[in-house]
Amino acid sequence: MITFNQFVFYLFSAIMVISALRMITVRNPVHAVLHLVLTFFTAAVLWVQLGAEFLGIVLVLVYVGAVMVLFVFVVMMLDINIARMREGFVRFLPVGLVVALIMLGEMLVVLTGRVFRLAPPPMPPAGYSNTEALAGVLYTGYVYPFEIAAFVLLVAIIAAIALTLRRRPGTLHQDPAEQIRVRARDRLRIVKMDAEKRS
Amino acid sequence: MIGLTDYLVLGAILFSISVAGIFINRKNLIVLLMCIELMLLAVNINFIAFSHFRTDLAGQVFVFFILTVAAAEAAIGLAILVVLFRNRRSINVLDVDELKG
Repeated sequence: MITFNQFVFYLFSAIMVISALRMITVRNPVHAVLHLVLTFFTAAVLWVQLGAEFLGIVLVLVYVGAVMVLFVFVVMMLDINIARMREGFVRFLPVGLVVALIMLGEMLVVLTGRVFRLAPPPMPPAGYSNTEALAGVLYTGYVYPFEIAAFVLLVAIIAAIALTLRRRPGTLHQDPAEQIRVRARDRLRIVKMDAEKRS
Repeated sequence: MIGLTDYLVLGAILFSISVAGIFINRKNLIVLLMCIELMLLAVNINFIAFSHFRTDLAGQVFVFFILTVAAAEAAIGLAILVVLFRNRRSINVLDVDELKG
């Protein structure tokens, strides 16, 4: 007899693994991004089930809402030749599978050991808020790492803008400073000349 | 009940899938970036599972920082990708060989 929690865990784990497998094998990059979105969303559900409500919601908002949309944007903006991208797919499939299965086997040997058979923790008391507890830790003991994280984001913003900014020489554009600085005598020349005699 | 091992095995499976993805999609830079995101997700699942079973919030704080760095990495990686595509009209790994490595 499986409990509701187990049912949710196995169902969502299965969805997650299948969508991850689809992500790496699907032909169209847009579909790959959409499968990755499904994987992230399912992971958020599992995190909420583990009691990490804040991070689950952050994963949906920041990852699914921002980073994955960025991926979709870039994939749709670039005109990718899918057929050329698929060259070598079959050739590298066996070696990829072998490496992945060996790694999985090694990890399973270690992870199914007795060290990791921890008893499930007691339920948190009523009125416990994961967000509040996380904030209490984050803004006291981890305040310097938090500020460094903010700085990393700032550097990423500047780097992304600086990388993609380009100045094209031939484009027509206005320069307001130049427009204000202009004087009438630079543009208009008054010429004195005698009136012609009426014949 | 669901034990810690179940979550760790799920993380291991996801990590192996993304390693296999890096091997079989080695021509397509954008899928490589997505496989790296999937790897980070697998690691984050382990962190959160440990945080839950040890009732230690440090794991969740670490996941928070990993998410921050991963977002920065994705933004810069995609910016590099866009510049690369603008210059070479291709994001095939084989076309990026100026350094003759």
